[in-house]
Amino acid sequence: MTARPAGGTAKDGGRQGRAARSLWGLLWRRFLDHHLAVASGVLLIVLAALAMAAPLIEAASGIDAKTVDLFNRFQGPSLGHPLGTDELGRDLFLRLLYGGQVSLFVGFVAALVSAVIGTVIGLWAGYYGGRLDAVLMRLTDGVISLPLLPLLIVLAAVDLNKLGLPAALIEDENISLYRIIVIIALVGWTTVARLVRGAALTVREREFVLAATAQGASGFRIMFVHILPNVVSPIIVATTLSVGSVILLESILSFLGLGIQPPIPSWGNMLTNAQELIWTAPELAFYPGMGIFITVIAFNFLGDGLQDALDPRATGR
Amino acid sequence: MSRFVLVRLMESMIVLLIMSFVIYALVGLMPGDPIDLMINSDPKLTPADAARLREFYGIDKPLTERYLAWLIAVLGGDFGNSRLHARPVLDVMGPFLVNSVNLMVLSFVLSLAIALPAGIYAALNPHSRTDHAINLLCFAGISIPVFWLALMLIITFSVILGVLPASGVATVGGGGFLDRAMHLILPTVTLTVFSVGHYTRFVRASMMETLRQDFIRTARAKGAGRTRVVLRHALRNALIPVVTIIALSFGTLFSGALITETMFAYPGMGKMIYDSIMGSDYNLALIGLLFATLLTLLANIGADIAYAWLDPRISYKQGGASS
Repeated sequence: MTARPAGGTAKDGGRQGRAARSLWGLLWRRFLDHHLAVASGVLLIVLAALAMAAPLIEAASGIDAKTVDLFNRFQGPSLGHPLGTDELGRDLFLRLLYGGQVSLFVGFVAALVSAVIGTVIGLWAGYYGGRLDAVLMRLTDGVISLPLLPLLIVLAAVDLNKLGLPAALIEDENISLYRIIVIIALVGWTTVARLVRGAALTVREREFVLAATAQGASGFRIMFVHILPNVVSPIIVATTLSVGSVILLESILSFLGLGIQPPIPSWGNMLTNAQELIWTAPELAFYPGMGIFITVIAFNFLGDGLQDALDPRATGR
Repeated sequence: MSRFVLVRLMESMIVLLIMSFVIYALVGLMPGDPIDLMINSDPKLTPADAARLREFYGIDKPLTERYLAWLIAVLGGDFGNSRLHARPVLDVMGPFLVNSVNLMVLSFVLSLAIALPAGIYAALNPHSRTDHAINLLCFAGISIPVFWLALMLIITFSVILGVLPASGVATVGGGGFLDRAMHLILPTVTLTVFSVGHYTRFVRASMMETLRQDFIRTARAKGAGRTRVVLRHALRNALIPVVTIIALSFGTLFSGALITETMFAYPGMGKMIYDSIMGSDYNLALIGLLFATLLTLLANIGADIAYAWLDPRISYKQGGASS
């Protein structure tokens, strides 16, 4: 929570600054009242820490997550393998952690990129208004109204060679990771754009913006220095909520074979193999989905709690 | 009003036209082209033959030229043939569309039948234990990965219990009403879970908002009973934004249907689009995507009209200044 309220810095110094701090203190306390959101935040931190510690856990346990061991397929839970092994005899728990690493990474990065695109477009439309606003908002409405998943599937199926991208990039082993972030960001910026535009429309009428304009501040400076800090709370809420939906989208695309490609594990593509094995090893399908479910619901609770704390008037949708 | 509808229809047609170009270009960027597929099926074709075929079918021409040729053919009613089904795409699409409509309408009605009472009850008893429980369930429904839910349902009811079929619309050779109904149960439940959480939250939020309004207090003050206030005064007004939001979320429902149909091998529009993209069936993919876009745009217009129709305060006479 590095976001700071507007105005505290330049305008009237210390007094405003102190008031601002206590405002954020108030918000923090209001957030703590939202027990589910706090619990979700803690859970997400633990999950992220576990996922990032996967190589350490791997080293400590002496099991290699990539080693195929066909003599020990479909093992039940044991001391060596807390969740058992998969169809190639790999340790399920470690694979889950590595999959979580990828899913969380994609969720965070794609949500952040979407938020940046949405913020720029929203500020632009809200600050300049007029025809530019009309065009940008029509574009936003257009993208929102499209059937998202079929379009994402087409975007994911596009042949990168035909786009004329450099071969070195296409051959890169992480290309499926970059690609899914790009296509999700391409369609994911709309919510933030709308919220920021709405907030910017009201903020730009405030006196301090007028003051800045009178002092000759450029449009760029007014947008990013004066308006942006005042529209931070809807951005935070929308981005938190969108991490959850990005993880859902990533998982379904990976599951369909269009997202993260093996050998990189993700919760989505782990379920692809599990689907073929539901008659022999139904339990393999349980854990990755549970991982997605818990992570997404935690992000939604967190976003909901942040919304209640930052904007108590909004009745959460 | 009719002028407003006309303007919105025109706008949507323009959006559809733009989208048709975008989709055409994207489908063209998918791996391979129709000639590659011919080469695969006939190894005797030489590269020179392939080049001549490309010229013959106009595949070597620039994108805009190909798009215009396609557009003219489509406007003339020629949507081309489906590669996977070897029939004109419109004939292919019909049955898929009917199946999709069945599934989507069924789960839509079911979702509303759950969301309306649940949302109203939660709004009337905010912060009660039931409200919290409903809220939790909503979050669970919103957060659950649909394809995983489908997988879990298949494992529970088809693999372990063996009481419900896991895929298709009917048993091969069979096809009585009961048999078809049994095949619809799991897909309908899946799609309902996908949408009901959102709907319930819309209803609850809108109802809460309406109950805070002055006219509700007036109604109470003049002595109207609780039921009358809720049903006659609050619900009618609370439903206006709900109808709009639900109509606007048609695209989302369609995305959910795509996943559901794919998981249950249920031959609907969503599965058809997915299969045609995966099977390089360019004509079918194009029409499927365009049709889905058209339906979404129409649902959006429907949302606007419903909004104006339900709320007499809103007038679109001046030509749709709001949005």
